[in-house]
Amino acid sequence: MTPAQKVQEQFAPEILEAHVFRGDEMITIRASALRAVAQFLKETPELDFNFLMDLTAVDYLFYAGGRIAKEWRFEVVYHFFSLKYNHRMRIKVALDEKNPEVDSLCDLWACANWYEREVWDMFGIRFKGHPNCKRILMYEAFQGHPLRKDYPVNKRQPLIGPQI
Amino acid sequence: MTPSHASANFFTSKLTDALGWARKFSIFQYPFVTACCGMEYMATNASHYDQDRFGAGFPRFSPRQSDVLFVVGTISQKIAPVLKTVYDQMCEPKWVVAFGVCTCTGGFYDNYATVMGIDTIIPVDIYIPGCPPRPENVIDGLIKLQEKIQKGEQSRGLYDPRLKTGRPAGMQQGYSIEGQIKHREP
Repeated sequence: MTPAQKVQEQFAPEILEAHVFRGDEMITIRASALRAVAQFLKETPELDFNFLMDLTAVDYLFYAGGRIAKEWRFEVVYHFFSLKYNHRMRIKVALDEKNPEVDSLCDLWACANWYEREVWDMFGIRFKGHPNCKRILMYEAFQGHPLRKDYPVNKRQPLIGPQI
Repeated sequence: MTPSHASANFFTSKLTDALGWARKFSIFQYPFVTACCGMEYMATNASHYDQDRFGAGFPRFSPRQSDVLFVVGTISQKIAPVLKTVYDQMCEPKWVVAFGVCTCTGGFYDNYATVMGIDTIIPVDIYIPGCPPRPENVIDGLIKLQEKIQKGEQSRGLYDPRLKTGRPAGMQQGYSIEGQIKHREP
């Protein structure tokens, strides 16, 4: 039984999408279930995902030039890895445009701290329970979140110098 | 004009010439290196092209000891206040060289993070375009800067994006996505 099958068995009602592509397992879940799934991945002895490799987000607004319409706008993507069993798992969390908020995983994997701050900075997704959720790359006076697809590509917010 | 005035005028103009001559061959540069142009800057400074032939081979890493600010590489909105501070800390007379397209106009960047030319922040004397500029190009710019120093000229103005003034004619318009799209349409 692969890790993805274990998660699917345990959390069947929370799963929105699941597929395997060339051995890479991917599961999309509801935001409310993230905390339970993450805890399950980390604390189940035969899964033992002790390493959060990456945490990022995707904005699906105007996805494929507007030809593909998704039910949700954002996905937060988690890449987990087990150093013990050498297996991997990709979890995506579907998030609504109106309330982009998801539980923080800082207490389970400490490295989530800066990743989550970056996702907040670039996409404006809030992380509930984050100890210090402020901007990490842009400056505090910056308005908006530049990697959202509706952020104007030419918009500039200079700290000093003339406004264009 | 009395004879005493005439001699004074004659004497001061020669002094300016002598000062310009001394300054242009003893450029103490401050390298503000942020990106990939730094490699080409190092190549220009190294033995093959040897900027020291022009008296500009001695970088000072304190703005208070330098005459020429070499801005080498992309300047982001976050580093812009630092660049401004470094410029303000330099003693007069001072000159600024924009090295590479990113410092000249923003280059191919047109986004939330990049300053569209350092001349929106500090006055620029010499623009050296190129991505990155070849060492010959840099030495050409350096010789033009020396001519400027000899004449005692310094840039004082900033680029105004609304009025499109304060930049050489070829660099009035930075790169813009709209411009490129319009250009391609039949």
